[in-house]
Formats: sequence, structure tokens, C-alpha cells
Amino acid sequence: MKWIAAAPLAAMLVLLPSFAGDYYVNLASQILIAAIFALSLNLLVGFGGMTSLGHASYLGVAAYISALLTSRYGFGHGLAAIISIAGTTAMAAFFGIIALRATGLGFLMITLALSQVLWGLAYRMSGVTNGDNGIAGLTRPMPFGISLDSAASFYWFALISASFGYLMMAIFVSSSFGSSLKGVRDQPRRMAALGFNPWMIRWITFVYAGFWGGISGLLYVYYNKYIHPTSLSTTSSAEALLGVIAGGSGTLGGPVVGAALVLLLKNYASAYLERWNMLLGMVFLFIVLVVPTGIVPGLNKLAAALRRGSR
Amino acid sequence: MQFWIIQGLNSLSLGGLLFLLSSGFSLIFGLMRLANLTHGAFFMLGTYFGAIALRNYDGLNIWVTALGAGIAVAAIGGLFERLVLTRLKSNPLGQVLVTLGMAFIISDACLLLWGGDSIPVPTPRNLQAPTRVFGFVFPTYRLVLVGCAIAAAIVLYFLLERTRLGAMIRAGVDDGQMARAIGIPVSNLFTIVFCLGAGIAGAGGVLGGPILSAYPGLDADMLPLALIVVILGGIGSLLGAFIGSFIIGFIYTFGTALFPELAYIILFLPMIFVIAFRPQGLFGRAGA
Amino acid sequence: MTPVIASHALEVTNLKKAFGGLVVTQDISLTIRPGERRLIIGPNGAGKTTLFHQISGDLRPSSGQIKLFGTDVTHFSPYKRAHFGLSRTYQIITLFSGDTLEHNVTLGLLGLRPARWQMWRPLSYYGNLATEARRTLDTVGLLHLADHPVSDIAYGEKRRVELAMALVQKPRVLLLDEPLAGLSNTERSQIKSLIASIPRETTVIMIEHDMDTALDLAETVTLLNYGRVIVDGDRDVVIADERTREVYLGV
Repeated sequence: MKWIAAAPLAAMLVLLPSFAGDYYVNLASQILIAAIFALSLNLLVGFGGMTSLGHASYLGVAAYISALLTSRYGFGHGLAAIISIAGTTAMAAFFGIIALRATGLGFLMITLALSQVLWGLAYRMSGVTNGDNGIAGLTRPMPFGISLDSAASFYWFALISASFGYLMMAIFVSSSFGSSLKGVRDQPRRMAALGFNPWMIRWITFVYAGFWGGISGLLYVYYNKYIHPTSLSTTSSAEALLGVIAGGSGTLGGPVVGAALVLLLKNYASAYLERWNMLLGMVFLFIVLVVPTGIVPGLNKLAAALRRGSR
Repeated sequence: MQFWIIQGLNSLSLGGLLFLLSSGFSLIFGLMRLANLTHGAFFMLGTYFGAIALRNYDGLNIWVTALGAGIAVAAIGGLFERLVLTRLKSNPLGQVLVTLGMAFIISDACLLLWGGDSIPVPTPRNLQAPTRVFGFVFPTYRLVLVGCAIAAAIVLYFLLERTRLGAMIRAGVDDGQMARAIGIPVSNLFTIVFCLGAGIAGAGGVLGGPILSAYPGLDADMLPLALIVVILGGIGSLLGAFIGSFIIGFIYTFGTALFPELAYIILFLPMIFVIAFRPQGLFGRAGA
Repeated sequence: MTPVIASHALEVTNLKKAFGGLVVTQDISLTIRPGERRLIIGPNGAGKTTLFHQISGDLRPSSGQIKLFGTDVTHFSPYKRAHFGLSRTYQIITLFSGDTLEHNVTLGLLGLRPARWQMWRPLSYYGNLATEARRTLDTVGLLHLADHPVSDIAYGEKRRVELAMALVQKPRVLLLDEPLAGLSNTERSQIKSLIASIPRETTVIMIEHDMDTALDLAETVTLLNYGRVIVDGDRDVVIADERTREVYLGV
């Protein structure tokens, strides 16, 4: 049943540039990038039970490494991407060891602190990062010699990357390891008694989440052709976290919906309303009161209730 | 020498402000297991209330203003707690969402009402003249702030240790289920403590006005400091919040003065160490 | 010089656990032979569950030693002890309430297998796990509920799932923490016959604070009070011992 519904959606996604203008295509690209970022965060929050307020670190660091290597040191995009992801993943491995000394609020605080340190460095070390000016004039890669400069071509690149990322993360959470992860989220003591190693399971997930956060960072810097310390900031991490929770953590569709919601509100509301943050806050309050587990689980429940009612 | 004295006093006054900010946060987390991410916004709201009141009504007393703002912020906090937070008892992620959402709402409301420029708050006239001690000159207001923090600490101590309400709060912090079982009205306590925490933050915001000014983003600057203080001092420990506030006050002030490039690292690295190696903080209970 | 006996299933030596100033267990020494059925009894607060937590690794002892089949496991984390053949049930239900019974028991099987690290194949790929889980559920009489979420079933049935999860690991040493608590008479006799039918390859150590119900399952008994071992030995000897009467009748 689900495939029948998915096919027209997939078709629409692929054919979007043929019926929508550049503005909407670009918006769609941004949503795809935000979706990957949110999905990677949800590996931690929803499936791992680890609420992080510093996930933007991985997006930002990957973006900065790529930006610096290509613009300042003349690296090609391919090699820069590999080094960037390798570096970001290594950083995730290291941060994970520190952050997993704690759980709950302590974990949240460490992730916040680590990301704040990085943000502070990005801001202050203007010699390297250009500080508050950010690094501009970047280029997009040319995979197989194809230019990504048009809205449509970048969109398809983003769509392929995002679909691949979604698929990989879906496989991860549905796998045997994913079951172990969810078990550790729900009853860590019981899982340890059964022979699972909770720390290792959490750490591996942390690193994988950092990896995909880095991928989204590459997409982000390719799209914007510009990087600024704000992308590493707590606000950036908080927006992603809120999107994940509002959309429905612990599901695969939830983060995508949540990320889209935040991005659309940002884009549309800021055109009409000066104070769109307030609107965002009110939307979140509303969501939590009406569908406490998030939009996607709420819609699922509604669909199930309708199905029951129509019998 | 004057530099060290001045920075030392600045540290103490910042520490005092941090105590007013974080004591409420610590109480709320200790009793309700809620990391109140709106807390910075409550403080900022107080600062804005104070700024507007003190600039527009010339003869207004800062203490009265602080009390008034504290009550106003407490009321807002209470409404929020009753209408929203009570529904999210077993939904910690939902609590993150609404407290952050509420912070967004409050901070944007301040922008909407009072604009994007920083609003300096006048130091009360009778405290403007500097104090001379041992041949050194001290800004009087900063000394007074330290006194306020100490006074607040004493009042809170008496409230928690010597009153029935305090005993109920401490019971709730120690073991919420058991407290309920013996008839303590825990959900009313939640509202009272939330109002108290918000109110102290709001009052602290007014008192911090002359030093910090009211500006958009004050909430985002203050919240991490409150978190750091509470982590360092230990959840639910008033003594921990008190000592932690002054330690952070010193680290932040001297750090920013001596190594402005590394300000964030100086602030956050100790915190990372504490969480990693002594998660219960200096005075907190293990497993909090 | 006493010979080192490697044939003890569980050997606890001078185990002590203190929380700050409060000493919960002290000078506890036990030796349990493979295949034995040991019952640990004592009034509330005697330290029985704290003892179990130290044996399973959920609590670190303040001092003392724990050996499983001759290996010192005192500093092993709980998951390592599971790989050493230790399984336990808990006093409070710690099942995965949103998941089906089959999934719960399957997790019990997965914990000891390399498949738990498999990052692309789903759990359903391992059909043999599901089959064995269902077989175990059948042993405890719950096969008909295998596809129901745990939140749907009754308390007595949850206790049987707990037992199934522990048994499915084919442990060498099984710790049962008050397996009969809160059950009706029918449910109790069900669980008792299940425990009685556990194969001899598994050493069973049971905590019960209601002495009468569990006695017929026990071969040997240890009586704890105030964190210490008061009497220890064959069941009938311990029951006849007047110290046992003292503890339970509160002299």
C-alpha cells in the first residue's frame, strides 16, 4: 500500500524543476539538506535516546574544512570532501568519548559546550576562518564534469544525496543493530544484563550521526557557496532539534517533516512577519499540546483512528 | 593593582547576578526534573521591564521595580507552568520543545515591543557615588549587587530549611514519588517553585540592568551561564549554586579581560571536565 | 593450603556494599555448586537484592570478590558477565513495553550473538532467532500472545516473559529476583513448575521473601538479615535452625 502512495510523490520530487520556478526549486534543495541534517540528529535523539544540543558542530566543521581546503589551499572538491568527512567523523569519535561520560542533562550540556567552543573558535580565529565575515566565493563541485550551478542541477544532486542518506539511515535503524540501539534507549540496564554493550552501541551511533551531519554540512556549503560561524551556533543546533521533536522523533518521516516546517516558516514567515521566531515558538507550543509525540506520529494515529472508524 | 580590584569586584557582582539567575534554575530542575530553557528569557524579561520602568519613571525605586518585575515574571511563569508544562510530565523532549519555544516567544516579543537597540539602564541615583575603602574606589552599585545575592541566598536558605513549604520542596527533590505518597501536593509545589524560580530570575534581571543593559540576545547569553553554574555546583544544591555562581563569575570576568580570544574555551572547558569526571558537581547528589 | 576449587558455579567472598555511611551488605561469603538450587531468604531490607545487584554487576561492591566458574568477575561490567553465562530477572518489570513478546525474547537471544552488531540486515533476517523465541514462549505457555505488545498483557504473563528472556540465553547461572511476587496462586504454581523444569546445566539462585512458597524449589538455603549471612546450608537444616525462627518471628 505504502508504495502506491510513494510513487507519485517520488515522481513529483524528481520532476519538480519542470513545473516549479527556481525559487521553489532552491527552497526544495534547502529542505533536502535540512532533512539530512535532521535525520542524522534523530539517530541520536529519537532512536538513541540521546538529546544533543550541539549537532551543528558536524555540519559546520565539515563545511569549514571543505571551504578552507578548496578556496585557500587549492584542493579539488573530491579530495576536499573526503578529508572533510574523515575529519568530521574523527571529531565525532572524539567528542563522543567525552559526551558519553554523561547521560540526560549532562550529555546535553557537554554537546552544547563542545559546540560553543567550536563556535567561539570559528568566530575568534579570524586568521583561519575569517571570523564574522565568513568565507565567501566558494564553488560547487562538478561530479563527472556536470555543473551544479543551476538550481535544477543542484536540486537533483541534493535529491540523490538526500535519498541515499535517507536510505542508509533507514537501513541502519531497521537493522539488527538498530534494534539493539532502540533497546538501549528504552531499557539500558536490561540490555546490559542481556549481553549488549550500551556504551559501544551509543558511541557507534554518535559517530554515524556525526558522519551524516558532516555530509549535510558539505551539501550546505555547496548550496550556499558561503560559510559563516552562525551555521555552527547553538541556534542552528536548537532549530534542528526542535524540528526533529516537532516532526516526531523516533520515526524516519518525522525529522523530514519537522525540518521542512522550520525551514518553510523561516522563509515564508520572515517575508510577512518580522518576528517569525515568535511564530515558530507558538507553533511548537501548539504541536506539543495537540500531538505530544510529534506531527508524523500524530498523523499516523489519526489515520489509524479513521481506518477503525470506517469499518 | 586597580585592574585586579576592579575585575575582582566585577567578578563578584557578576557572580551575584548569576546566583539570582541560577538559583531558580537549580530549584526547578531539582524538584521538577525540568531543564527550564526559558530561564534566560525570564531574566531578560525582568531586565527589559526594569529598563523601561526606570527610564520612563524618573523617581522609581529600583528595589520596588525589581519586586514588581519579579511578581510579573512569576505570574507569566505560573501561567506557562499550569497551562503547558503540567501536560508534559512524562515527555522530556516535549518539555525541551516548549521551554525553548517559550524562550523564542518571549525574546521575539521583547524585540517587537522594545526594538533591537540595546537599552542602557540607569544606576540608581543614590548608589551612583563611588565608595572609598582603604584608599580604593569601588562602584557602589556593584557592591550592592553582591549584598543582594547574599540576602537572596539567606532568604532562600531559610525558606528551604526552616519552613514547612521548604521541607515539602526538599522532600519532593529527594523523592517525588514518596512525597506524593505521603500526601504532599506535589503538582501545586511544582507551580510554586516554578513561579519562585521565574520571579527570582525576573527580579535579578532588573538588578542586572545597570550592569548588563537590556538587549536582544541577553537571554541566549545568560542561559548557558546558568547551565554551567548548575552543572558545576550540582543540581538542586543551593550552596552549589551560590559557590558555582561566584566561581563562574570570576572565570568569565577574568577570562574575558585577560584572554578575550579564548573566552568561550575558558568557560566551557572546566564544565566539560566536571561533567566528565564529577557529574554530580561540587555539591550535588550523585545520580541527579 | 586450601586447593583452589574451580568447580564452583558462583563464589562470593567477603562481599560488602556501603552507601556513604549506610552498610547494606557485609561479610557475605557464599559458594554455590553447578546445578544447585539455592534460595536466598530474609526479611525486607536484609540486602538480598543488593547482593544480586553486586553479583550481576549493576552495583560495584565496596570490597570483596565475586567469581563465576573460577574467574574473578568482580570488575566485569554487567554485559560481560552475561557473556560469561550469567542471566537474571528483576523485581520490577523491565520489559520493552511497546514491543511484542516475540521481540522481547528475541532481544534476549540477540544479546549474546554477533548478529547484534549487524548494521544492515534487519532482525527479521535471522529467522532462526524468531523460531527459537517462539519456542521458548511456548515453553512458558505464552505462544498465543507472541505478537501482542507487552503493554497489553497481564502482570503474571509479564513475569513469565521475564523468565523466558532469561532462560532463552541458556545461562550457566540464573538469578531470579522474587519471581513469585505479586502473582495469584495459579500463576505461582505455573512459574514454580517452570522453575522446577529448568535443566541442571543451569545453576538457579532465587530470592524470595515469602519463605513458604519457594521452599520446595530449593535444595540449599541462605538466610540473610541486616546485610549478613545468618544461616547457610541444606534446606531442611536451615529451616530447623532456631536462628531462622528468630529472624522470621522477630525475637
